[in-house]
Amino acid sequence: MTRASKTLQTYLLAAPQTLVMLLFLVFPIVMILIVSFWEFTGFSMEPGFTLDNYRAIFSSNVALRTFLNTFKYVALVWAATLLIGYLVAYFLAFYVDDKRLQIGLFLLCTIPFWTSNIIRMISWVPLLGREGLVNSLLLNLGLIQQPLEWLLFSDFAVVLGMVHLYNFFMIAPIFNSLMRIDRNLITAAEDMGASGWQTFKEVILPLSAPGIAIGSIFIVTIVMGEFVTVRLMGGGQAASVGKLIQTQIGSIQYPLAAANAVILLLVTLVLVLAILRVVNIRNEL
Amino acid sequence: MNKKRSLTFYLLAAFFALFVLFLYSPMLSIFILTFQGPQGALTFPMRGFSLTYWLGQVFQEQRVGNFVGAFWRSLGLGVSVMLLTLMVSVSAGLAFRNRFRGANSLFYLTIASLIVPSILISLGIGIVFQVLGMQTNWFSSGLGAHMTWTVPFAFLIVLGIFNRFNPSYEEAARDLGASDTATFWDVIFPLILPSLLGIGILTFTLSYDEFTRTSLVSGQRNTLPLEIFGMTTNVTSPALYALGTLTTLFSVVLILLAFWGYSALSAKQKQPKL
Repeated sequence: MTRASKTLQTYLLAAPQTLVMLLFLVFPIVMILIVSFWEFTGFSMEPGFTLDNYRAIFSSNVALRTFLNTFKYVALVWAATLLIGYLVAYFLAFYVDDKRLQIGLFLLCTIPFWTSNIIRMISWVPLLGREGLVNSLLLNLGLIQQPLEWLLFSDFAVVLGMVHLYNFFMIAPIFNSLMRIDRNLITAAEDMGASGWQTFKEVILPLSAPGIAIGSIFIVTIVMGEFVTVRLMGGGQAASVGKLIQTQIGSIQYPLAAANAVILLLVTLVLVLAILRVVNIRNEL
Repeated sequence: MNKKRSLTFYLLAAFFALFVLFLYSPMLSIFILTFQGPQGALTFPMRGFSLTYWLGQVFQEQRVGNFVGAFWRSLGLGVSVMLLTLMVSVSAGLAFRNRFRGANSLFYLTIASLIVPSILISLGIGIVFQVLGMQTNWFSSGLGAHMTWTVPFAFLIVLGIFNRFNPSYEEAARDLGASDTATFWDVIFPLILPSLLGIGILTFTLSYDEFTRTSLVSGQRNTLPLEIFGMTTNVTSPALYALGTLTTLFSVVLILLAFWGYSALSAKQKQPKL
């Protein structure tokens, strides 16, 4: 086979995926960018060029507070999933020696990820509701006199729900990078007299940083655009950019929704780049 | 390892157990509440016991809306997405075994597709269809939205497979005069089949459970997750839990099948056939 036809063949093989990405990722996002400058006449969108949509967002307290609230969710969910994810991955990678058991336990942590998010959230109702299991347990123990109202339909519930849904995205990459650490390095550190904590801080933590970074990128990008959990688990006041966009689409204010989406994308991009500046993940890809 | 008996081990093991409890207890509670009697409610304690009452109610259309139609749509969509994703990602994986211009861009574009906030995909595709004056539908815009989610997963796994792939088999095939097409179908394909089966089922479940990316572009007829989302506001009986139990069992069976099929097939390959 000639070199030229070999090259042609490679391009043909890469073409379908390129096409999917261009059609359903790049083109739609370019359209969001364009429409964010269009005008909204009250019942439809009109092509044009106006900065009104952005002006409306930057001059509105509601939008600002919504973004701040979204950051709050991102920070809380990130911290919680990182802590939980690291401990779980660390336990699996270093304290479960039997390979089959290790894989089995890892699968146990990942199976829920492949089931429906909506149903996983509905499932919290019998536990956290006003007459839920947690409340009746606390009442029976005499720890509280009245059912706790903030367990469900609150910021607490939103964060809990997201941690429950998305911890997989932290566990898997951290577990992966912990498993790649050459065990001889740890033995060497121990032989040279490092304490357990020193070994962790000087050897294991730096080597698992790429896994943490990948997990963090997932969590940040998912939570930034979240609206389902906020809608199902949050009360009426719970606000996030994703929910705001969804509400605006509901009232067909596409240009405004698009402008919000552009800002959301930019903020997310900045956060991802910030993570990539701190940690180099190239070797993991 | 003497580490095993240390205090750290017990603390971490306890934490892990709590985590698994946290992960599974909500699901388990709706699973249990599914088997209530006709007076059943949304919270504990159990009111009566019946193995089939609420499971049966799921199929009564007036109870929970048109769940059966949504199920078939999600099934059809999942299978289509699975087949298309496999074709697209395996073909791209083959391309990535050679150097080509734009490989990096395509790689990062695919990663971007995985991490871009899902609502942007939904909004973007929605706007595209609106501007072009096309009607959104689960099998057009919905399918595209799903592909942006499933293709990156499949592609990354396929890259991993080809990284570990021993090229001497196909070199042997070529030396014996096989064409590229014949080499692929007679040598490469059978060798990667177990992995493809796994990827296929995982892709299917990703599509079957997808919500956010489809939410604005499914058109007139809902997929199953969208239908269930709608039910959360107007169904206040354990029928909702019964439906949750059913679709979760369906997903879990598929996942277990994927892993079982993968390990069975790859174990079979490892046996020398002489």
